[in-house]
Amino acid sequence: MALELIDIAKRVGSETHIHPTSLVLPEGSFNVLLGTTLAGKTTLMQIMAGIQKPTSGTIRFRGKDVTGLAVQQRNVSMVYQQFINYPNFSVYDNIASPLKVAGMDTAEIERRVMAAAELLRLKPMLKRKPSELSGGQQQRTAIARAIVKDSDLILLDEPLANLDYKLREELRDELPKLFAGRNAIVVYATTEPSEALLFGGNTATLHEGRITQFGPTSSTYRLPKDLLTAQVFSDPPINTTRVEKRGDKLHVFGSKVWPAGQVGSGLPDGVYTLGIRPHHVTPLPTDVTTGEIEGRVLVTELSGSESVIHLDVAGDTWVSQSHGIHPFEVGSHATLHVDVDRGLFFSPSSGERVS
Amino acid sequence: MAEIRIDKLRHSYMANPQSEDDYALKRLSLTWQDGGAYALLGPSGCGKTTLLNLISGLLTPTEGTISFNGRDVSHASPEERNIAQVFQFPVIYDTMTVYDNLAFPLRNRGVPEDEIKTRVGEIAEMLELTRTLNNRASGLTADGKQKISLGRGLVRSDVNVIMFDEPLTVIDPHLKWQLRSKLKELHLRTKRTMIYVTHDQTEALTFADQVVVMNQGEVVQSGTPIELFEMPQHTFVGHFIGSPGMNVLPCEVRGGRAVFGGEAISVGNGEKATGKGRTEIGVRPEFISLANSGIAAEVIRVADAGRFRIVETRSHGHLVKLLVKEGEQVPTGQTFLAFDPEHTQIYEDGWMAGARR
Amino acid sequence: MNKVVNNRAWWLVLPVFAMVLFNALLPLMTVVNYSLQETFGNNEFFWSGAIWFEQLLHDDQFHASLLRQIIFTSIVLVIQIPLGLAIALCMPRSGPWVSVCLVLLALPLLVPWNVVGSMWNIMALPDIGLLGKAINSLGIPYNYTRQPISAWFTVVLMDVWHWTSLVVLLCYAGLVAIPDAYYQAAKVDGAKPWAVFRYIQLPKLKHVLTIAILLRFMDSFMIYTEVIVLTGGGPGSTTKFLSIDLVQKALGGFDLGPAAAFSIVYFLIILLVSWLFYTLMMRDEAK
Repeated sequence: MALELIDIAKRVGSETHIHPTSLVLPEGSFNVLLGTTLAGKTTLMQIMAGIQKPTSGTIRFRGKDVTGLAVQQRNVSMVYQQFINYPNFSVYDNIASPLKVAGMDTAEIERRVMAAAELLRLKPMLKRKPSELSGGQQQRTAIARAIVKDSDLILLDEPLANLDYKLREELRDELPKLFAGRNAIVVYATTEPSEALLFGGNTATLHEGRITQFGPTSSTYRLPKDLLTAQVFSDPPINTTRVEKRGDKLHVFGSKVWPAGQVGSGLPDGVYTLGIRPHHVTPLPTDVTTGEIEGRVLVTELSGSESVIHLDVAGDTWVSQSHGIHPFEVGSHATLHVDVDRGLFFSPSSGERVS
Repeated sequence: MAEIRIDKLRHSYMANPQSEDDYALKRLSLTWQDGGAYALLGPSGCGKTTLLNLISGLLTPTEGTISFNGRDVSHASPEERNIAQVFQFPVIYDTMTVYDNLAFPLRNRGVPEDEIKTRVGEIAEMLELTRTLNNRASGLTADGKQKISLGRGLVRSDVNVIMFDEPLTVIDPHLKWQLRSKLKELHLRTKRTMIYVTHDQTEALTFADQVVVMNQGEVVQSGTPIELFEMPQHTFVGHFIGSPGMNVLPCEVRGGRAVFGGEAISVGNGEKATGKGRTEIGVRPEFISLANSGIAAEVIRVADAGRFRIVETRSHGHLVKLLVKEGEQVPTGQTFLAFDPEHTQIYEDGWMAGARR
Repeated sequence: MNKVVNNRAWWLVLPVFAMVLFNALLPLMTVVNYSLQETFGNNEFFWSGAIWFEQLLHDDQFHASLLRQIIFTSIVLVIQIPLGLAIALCMPRSGPWVSVCLVLLALPLLVPWNVVGSMWNIMALPDIGLLGKAINSLGIPYNYTRQPISAWFTVVLMDVWHWTSLVVLLCYAGLVAIPDAYYQAAKVDGAKPWAVFRYIQLPKLKHVLTIAILLRFMDSFMIYTEVIVLTGGGPGSTTKFLSIDLVQKALGGFDLGPAAAFSIVYFLIILLVSWLFYTLMMRDEAK
């Protein structure tokens, strides 16, 4: 059926690494754990794998309690950030190693290794040693070893972090295709929101050992339960400001007045924290922008196709990310346009989303 | 500060290089203006780190010269060249405080203590390290340590160039944004010549005024981020810069137009194309739109990237990717694609037609 | 790091526990037992309390050999640690000479201890030994069987020859492990060689040096074989170190009780000094 974590917690000494957490990962699903370094992604994965034992709580797999079961007794594969392969084995033997341990017959091993090598485009280098491969190929070998044995659970701990940008893009493209149509539960840890988005599937956002939200990736991104989730799942960081809603108007930064818009109008009058993603702040007005902010330009980053403008608005830094080239003089005064309708309203006390 | 001139530079790690393949860096000439922000961009093993080490003096070139302000420094030591470098992994002096770390390069050069105090104060202010000045440097987080490495370069007034070797590798994404814009800001404030080496296109394009794209020991194209994005001179640049990279589709050239899958397509450089060699169309996903007629395609996958969606289609047996803005409709199954003629180019044997070197 | 929780692993370490029990714990307990009793053989024992310890702590002979031991160990450490570090710093980091250096350095460590003693015994003979003859021909009176200074000089020289390699090898391993970027950064910062040593190499070698000093302290504090073969503790008892004194008491006098007390005090000194030293060196880390 699924992997269920029920009230899992992990404490080491007086430190809490994972706060009580419940999570159900359905079979055949692709799940992303998104969070910064030390948010608890690795710990959570190791608990799922059985490498670490939770301090409290139960883990069930297909309805069976597996909490105390060691990793060797579970059918789990792992891929790490470092490229971990057996240095003395050829690529073929590396991929075949879990099957040999399982005592599979040679013909079946060969069939499976070849299929995995085909998928990961490793066929021309099966006879080579890991040291003769590029970083991307080494990591492909490690991934091939993880998928070759039909594991129930495949854990990938930031597997692309040590790869070049373009290689990362390539493998990121291939990974979901690799797991499509398998029964395995895939868990993928990353620090990059963009990676989580592109994978689709489900995303759990982690912050300081707590899962703030878990659900289909695009709804976690677009409808975050609270401000923390929105902050974890935003790259560049989400802009936030205190707004006061009165009637059909939002009073911002003490001076600006924005229309409350579709979302804001339905809310009772009062004070809110408004979150606006950087790509909903644009240098030019569009047919969806309804609000304006003014400030001093701190820095403009122009890539060939996009502009990222950092604006100092009454002491707060606002970031705008937009298509096209919009050069702004550093230190100059600028007005940017805000798509208020796409804003997220949070309660200033609890941080929960109210819109 | 200095103008950097690189003239027919070549380098091999072997004692007796025989063929062209033995060279990690294959005959390279460049001129960099004083005070500019430059980036060396390329995949691992492209020779960018070799070039960096040649400029900093950690390596001596096999052939060719490097000069700072007209003075040949090819054989000068790193100290003589007055350069500063920030490495991939933060290098700090563990036993020293943040203050002593920043003061170290000045003390080595015999600068009087009161002057050191002013300089270190200024730089710490710029890097937002003032509050931690008296702390042990080893206790700082990765981004703090990288700031110290950078600070040791900024603190010296005589530095010719500050070099960065993939400085954001160990930094978390949300801090990357901050440190990246901080670097840009510091460049604008200090007007030092900075050279940034990376495999990450976003870092290179947002940081530099001029980006040098390298592959297999050679410069493929050098230009502003906009030039590289809009007019990639080689399909490699088209692929390497942009995410996803440029679509490269085989085509025939007929009467100044490209023919792909039996469909004639208007292109920007049609009159320059000779039709010889391997001919391809290059068009970025950003410059393709969904249309009611045109190039027939089938939608096979849609990936959500937040502010846009990446639509993968198959057209005449080839994969074509395009971007669709957040909130726009994406049809399923059969559809048509339109290429923006101004941003669609013909490439011959990999090089943009009419722009062959 | 995270460990796999698996209780079966305890069974695998069981043989080691058994070995430790037989090799260390049981003999130690026997010694403790002896140190508190009086025996005249025949397996007859009488409780004697702390009397042997009191006697030992007031024993002039013990004081003398303890002092000798402390001086010897101090001299050895003061020479070997800086010398070993210096040699390691001078060694090439790469190239064919690395293996040559390593093999040459490892040689003294491979010679059995009693052979080391005999070698130096012959070498230092004043009339026919290479070393002894050479020193005498320089006009310096040298005879390690007669003059205490000559004896000390020879014992120290022998220990330096025998054990400096160990310090070199440890330091070399530590030096090689320092990433290149540190040296490059230092070059760029204009650091002089002394500053590179003081601010990069020394801090990065801290752990290795701690281990080296501990090992050398313990080994030199327990030195026996080489000295017994070379000088036999003489001339007189000028090179009679703690272990020699102990063996003479235990075997020569068959004073089992006092010898056991001696052993325990000896053991406690080593334990205490090692612990103090280690804690002091590592205290910085915790901050």
